Amino acid sequence: MSKMHVKFTLNGQEVEGLAEPRTLLIHFLRENLRVTGPHIGCDTSHCGACTVDMDGRSVKSCTVFVAQANGADVTTVEGLVNADGSLGVIQEMFREHHGLQCGYCTPGMITRAHRLLQENPTPTEEEVRFGIAGNLCRCTGYQNIVKAIMAAADQLNAQKEAAE
Amino acid sequence: MIPAGFEYHRPADLASAISLLTTHGDEARVIAGGHSLIPMMKLRMADVGHLVDLQSIETMRGVRIDGDTVTIGALTTQHELITHAELARRLPILRECALLIADPQVRYCGTLGGNVANGDPGNDMPGLMQCLDATYTVEGPDGARQIKARDFYESAYFTARGDEEILTAVSISLPAPGTGYAYEKQKRKIGDYATAACAVIVGGGTASVAMTNLADTPIWAEDAGTALASGDLDGAVAAALAAIDPQEDMRGPIAFKRHVAGVVIRRAMQRATDRAKG
Ligand SMILES: Cc1cc2nc3c(=O)[nH]c(=O)nc-3n(C[C@H](O)[C@H](O)[C@H](O)COP(=O)(O)OP(=O)(O)OC[C@H]3O[C@@H](n4cnc5c(N)ncnc54)[C@H](O)[C@@H]3O)c2cc1C
Ligand code: FES
Ligand code: FES
Repeated sequence: MSKMHVKFTLNGQEVEGLAEPRTLLIHFLRENLRVTGPHIGCDTSHCGACTVDMDGRSVKSCTVFVAQANGADVTTVEGLVNADGSLGVIQEMFREHHGLQCGYCTPGMITRAHRLLQENPTPTEEEVRFGIAGNLCRCTGYQNIVKAIMAAADQLNAQKEAAE
Repeated sequence: MIPAGFEYHRPADLASAISLLTTHGDEARVIAGGHSLIPMMKLRMADVGHLVDLQSIETMRGVRIDGDTVTIGALTTQHELITHAELARRLPILRECALLIADPQVRYCGTLGGNVANGDPGNDMPGLMQCLDATYTVEGPDGARQIKARDFYESAYFTARGDEEILTAVSISLPAPGTGYAYEKQKRKIGDYATAACAVIVGGGTASVAMTNLADTPIWAEDAGTALASGDLDGAVAAALAAIDPQEDMRGPIAFKRHVAGVVIRRAMQRATDRAKG
C-alpha cells in the first residue's frame, strides 16, 4: 500500500511525515516522531495509556489511524509543560500528591485530566472518578490520582482568579 | 496489532462518499468514529480495501429539534449527545443510555450512526432506538429512504442497509413531557458491553420495552409494552423474558443471562413507572 503524506499540529508545532494510512496514531507518534509520552498498555482500546488530546477530545491513539488525524490538533503529555519547560500544574500535582507509582499510566492520566478540567473546572470527586474511567492504573488504587486532579483543579482556579 | 493495508479516502460530501462506495463495491467500508471498526480491523476480523472516512461530511452532524421531532446527524458523537442540554431535557433517556456506553474516550469518538449501523447486538443504541420507534435515513446511489429501527436488524452484523448506502440521520418523535423512562444496563465493568440491558418508556396509556444483547439483534417486545401500559408489571417482565434468546458467551451461561435479564428488565420498568408523571 502506498504511503500518504500526513501533516498535523503536535504540541503547537506543525509536524509531517510519510506513513501508510493503516499506521495507528500511537505508532506514528512514538516511532516516526519519537514522541514517547503516550504509552501502549493494552493495544485493545481499553487502558487509556495511549490517550492524547485531539481537536479538544481525549482519544485513545491506539484506536485512531494516522490518516484520520491528518490536519488535526494533537496534544500529548509533552505539550502540557509550562512555557519555560517546567512541569505544568496537573503534572506538578501528580508529583506532589504521589499520583503515580510505576508511571506507566501517568501520561494518559494527565492528558485525560487536562481535558476533563477544561470541560469541568470544578469537578466533584465522583465526577473525577467518572471522568477518568477510561484510564486504568495497575498500581495506585486511584486514590492519589484523584487527589492530584482535585488539587490541580484548585490550583488552576486560583491561578485564574489571581489573573482576573 | 496492525490491520491489513487499505486505501484511505476522505470525501468532502455525501455524494462523493456514495460514489466511492459504488465504485469500490464490497471492498469499501465507511468509517465514522472507528471505535467498533478499528478494533475489528486490528484483529483482522474486518478486511477493508478502501476506507471511506466520513469525518468531513458536515451535513451529517448535529442535532435539530423541530416541534416534537428530533433529527440527529449520524456523525453526532455520544459525547455530543450527553452534553446537548436541550436534548437532555426533551429526551433524557438518550443521555442516560449514552452515559452507560464504554468510557469518556470512546464516547468522544463513537457516533450515533456508527452505533446503530454496526449491527453488533452488544451496541446499546439500537435497543433504545427500537424502544423509541426511531426512523433511520439511509442514502445510496438510488436516493434516500427511511427504515424503522424496529425493521432494521436482521441478525448479528446484518441489517437492512444496502452495501452502497450510508446512514445519514436518526429521527425520533419526542415523548410527551412527563413520560417515564429508564435505560438499565448490567455490565461486568466500566467499558464493557451489556450482560443485559433494557430500555423502557411509559406514560399516557402506552409503554414500550426493548432489550440489548439478549439475542443476536435488539429485541422490541410489543407484548411487554402492552402489559406494562395496563399496569401489569409481572406480566410485562414475563413477556419481555419470553421474547429474548440469549446465548452463552464469556459473560455467562444462558441461565445466568436470563436471571440478569429478569432483574434488569424489572428495574427498568419499575424506574420508568416511578418517573412517569400524570
Ligand atoms: C473499549 C470499548 C468499549 C465499548 N463499549 C460499548 C458499549 O458498552 N456499548 C456500545 O453501544 N458500544 C460500545 N463500544 C462501541 C462504540 O460505542 C462504537 O463507537 C460504536 O459502536 C460505533 O460507532 P463508531 O462511530 O465508532 O463507528 P465505526 O467503528 O466507525 O463503524 C462501525 C460500523 O458501522 C459502519 N458505519 C459507521 N457509520 C456509518 C454510517 N453513517 N452509515 C453506514 N455505516 C456506518 C462502519 O462501516 C462499521 O462497519 C465500545 C467500544 C470500545 C472500543
Ligand atoms: S493502548 Fe490504547 S487504550 Fe490501551
Ligand atoms: S502508576 Fe503504575 S499503572 Fe498507574
